[in-house]
Amino acid sequence: MYATRLWSVRHARGLARFYQVFESLLLKLAPLWRLLGYRRLERPVAAVERVVKGLLFDCKMCGRCVLSSTGMSCPMNCPKQLRNGPCGGVRADGNCEVRPEMRCVWMEAFAGAERIPDGLAAIRVVQGPVDRRLHGSSSWLRVVREKSETPA
Amino acid sequence: MKFEDEPVPGYPLPIRPGHTSPGRFERVLRAGAFAVTAELAPPDSADPEDVYRRARVFEGYVDAINATDGSGANCHMSSLAVCAPVMQISCRDRNRIAIQGDILGGAAMGVCNMLCLTGDGVQAGDHPQAMPVFDLDALSLLSIACNLRDHHRFESGRKISYAPRVLLGAAENPVAPPTAHRALRLAKKVEAGAQFIQTQYCFDLAALRLFMRAVEDLGVLERAFILVGVGPLRSAKAAEWMRAHVPGMHVPDALIARLAGASDQAREGRNLCVDLIQELHTIKGVSGVHVMAYRQEESVAEVIDRSGVLGGRRPWRPEALEPALLDRKTS
Repeated sequence: MYATRLWSVRHARGLARFYQVFESLLLKLAPLWRLLGYRRLERPVAAVERVVKGLLFDCKMCGRCVLSSTGMSCPMNCPKQLRNGPCGGVRADGNCEVRPEMRCVWMEAFAGAERIPDGLAAIRVVQGPVDRRLHGSSSWLRVVREKSETPA
Repeated sequence: MKFEDEPVPGYPLPIRPGHTSPGRFERVLRAGAFAVTAELAPPDSADPEDVYRRARVFEGYVDAINATDGSGANCHMSSLAVCAPVMQISCRDRNRIAIQGDILGGAAMGVCNMLCLTGDGVQAGDHPQAMPVFDLDALSLLSIACNLRDHHRFESGRKISYAPRVLLGAAENPVAPPTAHRALRLAKKVEAGAQFIQTQYCFDLAALRLFMRAVEDLGVLERAFILVGVGPLRSAKAAEWMRAHVPGMHVPDALIARLAGASDQAREGRNLCVDLIQELHTIKGVSGVHVMAYRQEESVAEVIDRSGVLGGRRPWRPEALEPALLDRKTS
């Protein structure tokens, strides 16, 4: 929902902090997830993720969540799906070139990033091309799996 | 202007140490000359003569010609086929398989410079019913192109046997919101591999100066050449139309008023462009200008000539070739 999406950006700092706690909790429970089996968990977790993040961010379930690097403004809501910053077509009023009634996703992203500690440093990291096979899959499980299974 | 190590004019130059392409555009930039590029709109036609005719008006006045890739989301001949010195690649119409193929194909046909763009949305053009692809964005396109050139690999990791030797470019719009973060965005593009930048039209020099200062602070000037976009406005009405319909085009009101007050608006538009180019020549970090004169391409030579920024330098022109060399080229 557009209104909650804007709310989330205004509360980017709190949401970022909440996610950090949430992620470390998921990570602590990694042995449990492994026991239950990531493949079995995929569908129910993805369903929860879709509802929660759909409500808060208009999440498009790209499977490769970068919200922490984009000021809690989901870049997949950009009609051009730009994951590295705004295009050159942003209107003088800060709205989208393609959808003039919508605020540019990246105008929001910078506003959110300014609220998160080191948010502007995170936004500078170059995001690689999206793996389209991940569409619809749970980003949470993928992160937990990658972080718990790769040696630090 | 002919380089001393140029084999047959028009053919690839030997690649100098520290250069990535066999093109003269990179040589001009790295030599520190104030470079001039111009935009060629590929024709709505399958006749190659239409391309040559459009290119000829620039002869002797520009260091490189950009062939646009479906600019404004309108359908035209492909930028790949035009084989211009600067091939524009937009992410709007093709996925990564097609684009990587085009990068190899373009380089094989002699393209030395590629400008990596996101592309205007399909709503702006003559085919709003088309599928917007955007599999990549300009940044991931840049990193993929770099990977092809420097690591000889497709995005998939598969090896290629001969790398495209190209100078990679990107675009920026210094005057579009969020203006405070535009320099950061440019720095990010340079980090992803952009070696030159061609900007969108920039009529607001005060805003541009702020932008250039921010760019300098980010340490970008040592790593990339910045060419600022300019162009003659035909009339106050045309300027207002462009402001309303061309994505990313910002024209200050004062400028439109100056045009509207002139008796010959087209002439005033050219005067204004000359003034802008001369001003840009004095701004630190501006390596050249990119002239976009859609449907007024014939005025580019006059504008560049009057601005005097070439300083007596004469960019390449094919008529200057000796007949014997021309014969070698065609045989």
